[in-house]
Amino acid sequence: MSLSEWGNSSKTTSADNTRAEVFSSLSVKEMEAIAKRLRRHIITMTGKAGSGHPGGSLSAVEIVTALYFMVLRHKPSDPQWADRDRFILSKGHAAPLLYATLAECGYFPVDELATLRQLDSRLQGHTDRVVTPGVEMSAGALGQGLSFAIGVALAGRLNSQNYRVYVLLGDGECDEGQIWEAAMAAAHFKLDNLVAIVDNNGQQIDGWNRDVMSLDPFSDKWQAFGWHVIEVNGHELTRLIEAFDQAKLVKGKPTVIIAHTIKGKGVSFMENNPDFHGKVPNAEEVEIALKELE
Amino acid sequence: MPQEVSLREAYGKTLVELGKANPDIVVLDADLSRSTMTRFFAREFPNRFFDCGIAEQNMVVIAAGLAASGKIPFASTFAVFVPGRCFDQIRMSIAYSQLNVKLVTTHGGISVGEDGASHHSVEDLSLIGSLPGFTVIVPADAIETAQAVKVVAATNGPFYIRLCRPKLPLVYNEDYRFNLGKAVTMRQGMDATVIAIGIMVSAALEAADNLRRHGIDCRVLNMPTLKPIDEAAIIKAASETGAIVTAEDHLEHGGLGSIIAQVVARHHPVPMEFVAIKDTYAKSGKATELLQKYGLTAKDIEQAVHRVIKKK
Repeated sequence: MSLSEWGNSSKTTSADNTRAEVFSSLSVKEMEAIAKRLRRHIITMTGKAGSGHPGGSLSAVEIVTALYFMVLRHKPSDPQWADRDRFILSKGHAAPLLYATLAECGYFPVDELATLRQLDSRLQGHTDRVVTPGVEMSAGALGQGLSFAIGVALAGRLNSQNYRVYVLLGDGECDEGQIWEAAMAAAHFKLDNLVAIVDNNGQQIDGWNRDVMSLDPFSDKWQAFGWHVIEVNGHELTRLIEAFDQAKLVKGKPTVIIAHTIKGKGVSFMENNPDFHGKVPNAEEVEIALKELE
Repeated sequence: MPQEVSLREAYGKTLVELGKANPDIVVLDADLSRSTMTRFFAREFPNRFFDCGIAEQNMVVIAAGLAASGKIPFASTFAVFVPGRCFDQIRMSIAYSQLNVKLVTTHGGISVGEDGASHHSVEDLSLIGSLPGFTVIVPADAIETAQAVKVVAATNGPFYIRLCRPKLPLVYNEDYRFNLGKAVTMRQGMDATVIAIGIMVSAALEAADNLRRHGIDCRVLNMPTLKPIDEAAIIKAASETGAIVTAEDHLEHGGLGSIIAQVVARHHPVPMEFVAIKDTYAKSGKATELLQKYGLTAKDIEQAVHRVIKKK
């Protein structure tokens, strides 16, 4: 099935045809171009800021592109639209990715990305729901987003609203015990309007997950906690969109999409390099990276 | 003796009342709904009650998500678990996020009794009071509890209400109306002022009665809103009575006494004494025994008043 067909099928199954103001019928090619632009923004803005987290931003680019430019019903001109689908960034250090995405969608000017981490900027080092249009949750202390998403999903159910809730977790973040408290609760509350996506790039600050704190058998863990599990290549937009569509059909339980990704994806010297979790490219590296992303 | 009434029961019943009036009121608990008395709400509104099991960190952030979606969540458990166990969750997802979450905890202080130090919440006011934007309330009886809970439900922003385990004598009658952020003058007096919260308010009144027999005319303030504190009432007490004693079932550091000392030092320095738990953990025992052993009785307040007056 081609991506445009997926776009059409999502449209017809959607209860609300205002699902997005501008992004309902993009081709894969167009979305790939957007993904590349997001990567360039991430490199440019973190390079300019002189600090930040490019690695885990780059790994989740396709996940977030698929959501904002195909899957989510949202209105950049009305960030508080009551029936919007919610995207909750739990791994708050991927803020550069979210900011770049929101800017490309039109939540605020693209120019503003250059103010990342500066005094009085709306673009805080980690997400701040109070100051940035389109940001649903203040994050940065890991492990809280899934719980927050449960609250949002429960409210939707209580209000008989049909919005869906998407929450992006880091794999390293799943070291946090609260993730598993929440995993238990989401299944207990039968939240089929909730989808967790794990950006499974295999690395955390101190190195590979398997060396720092083993998560395996990861998929089995989620399954044992009562979740519907989908595993995909997290850099293939088509596969991701299929997974999001499949999740819509799952009833009575939440879905987790384990998206296998590469930390630093798109920039040769950053790929699978844990140094670039919380380190930014210097001026020379920015130049090389942007060339690679042309 | 005035009638003794459960604050927890007042809380539970008020939640039901609120739930009937406002469909956006939702309640969460962490497997202690029989003790916190959120069980009343759960029975009446099962769809709007979420038992999160023994997972307090998860509970408070679920509450944040509900608040971000327009609900008015009340989350309850023992004071020793919230805020202590969930401090970072409350900091990030409620305080920093400026969300409309109401944390109402029970079993505050050493008056919990026999369960011992693991269950004595003696740091909670210090912890929660440190968070920007939080309003902190410690009611003195069941009537004030019901009143405060209603005001909190109707006021946007993060709130912490601390209740205690034992029934407390009523210090108010049914006409009382809780006034957020305002001290209540329980007794007039000009020789010294006792400022008390929670379980210590009735002890302060008893102390004031006894002191009067010794010719000491003691003002008693109930300070149900710990934060933001009623600075004007404190400054007035300092300037008119020249000496202040604080009384709380909490560690001396970071609670009522510390907050008031800051106001007094800044605006009108006068001698102060602090009736509170010193830098230690209490043990198992009956509530009355513990209050006696750790210096939280009317008699301790009387002695503190004598000491503070000598320093004038």
